[in-house]
Amino acid sequence: MEKHVVVIYPHPDDESFGAAGTISKFRKEGVPVTYLCGTLGEMGRNMGSPIFANRETLPKLRKKELVEACKILDIDLRLLGYRDKTIEYEDKQEVARHIKGVLEEINPSLVITHYPNYAVHPDHNALGAATIEAVGMMDADTRPTVWAQAISHNFEKVLGEPDICIDMTDNFDEKMKAIVAHQSQASGIIKAFYGDTEESRDLKEAAIERLGKERFYIWDYPKND
Amino acid sequence: MKPIEMEKVQELLNGFKNKQVYLHLETTNGAYANHNNKNAYTVGAYIRNTSVLFTQAKIIGMENVYRVGLKMEKGWIYAEGLTDWTIHEGSKLLLAGHDREGRLMVSLQISETPFDY
Repeated sequence: MEKHVVVIYPHPDDESFGAAGTISKFRKEGVPVTYLCGTLGEMGRNMGSPIFANRETLPKLRKKELVEACKILDIDLRLLGYRDKTIEYEDKQEVARHIKGVLEEINPSLVITHYPNYAVHPDHNALGAATIEAVGMMDADTRPTVWAQAISHNFEKVLGEPDICIDMTDNFDEKMKAIVAHQSQASGIIKAFYGDTEESRDLKEAAIERLGKERFYIWDYPKND
Repeated sequence: MKPIEMEKVQELLNGFKNKQVYLHLETTNGAYANHNNKNAYTVGAYIRNTSVLFTQAKIIGMENVYRVGLKMEKGWIYAEGLTDWTIHEGSKLLLAGHDREGRLMVSLQISETPFDY
């Protein structure tokens, strides 16, 4: 059994869309989970539908939504304080040292992050790379395992089948509870789930197909002699 | 935000003329544009808390879609596709253009005091 799981993604909602099923699996086993959220998604373009946010109010609203989602998922939240869309321009070593410091404090047995270069959004790639670097700096005998999540269309062709698969297709409603907390960002998927048109049923099916399985690669660190 | 009222926005723009002001200007079609549709291009740009001084300012448009041009001593600032406006924290003018799903496509914001980080 894991001792403590730390999820490291850059945006409020990445944890719900990407790993809500995995998180709730660990919580059901009684494993503590902490989310280190890189930014507040300050530059998101979804403003709610109908619109209720603007560029300046969005960070505060997304922070509130994130706190709510973490309450639903029953996990701790720590903010890393970077700005949306800028992580790849920060000093990678500095970000890695920052993350390493937090990890040493929490002392997890498992870290979940994005797979660098295969995670589509530049923030995903950059924070994933910094996280992998951070864990790599730690003592090989005691450092946590890393699960890396790929998103790009081609990842399976290049990287092969992921090592871990948490299947939420049959209990997707459970995952939806966390996603729905991110109201400003999830209006499209919310409409799909709670609408009653043929179109919304198609969208729901597509969403389950796309988000139903949470898959990860176990990061392979070169062995230290 | 609410649909742009041209006269009110013009009046506010006039109030920022010939002052050193902070500007936020951006356009985006989302970080996932190309991921969601391989024929689409992911493009975006933003500049935030840039200090500028403009001497002329005009909002022009029709049918609820507007353009704003600001003339500086040595150049121009321009935004197209603006649909909504609001005043933030009492004095910051926020203008933005949204698509049918409420997603921000363009924004132009002016303030005498800096925007948050």
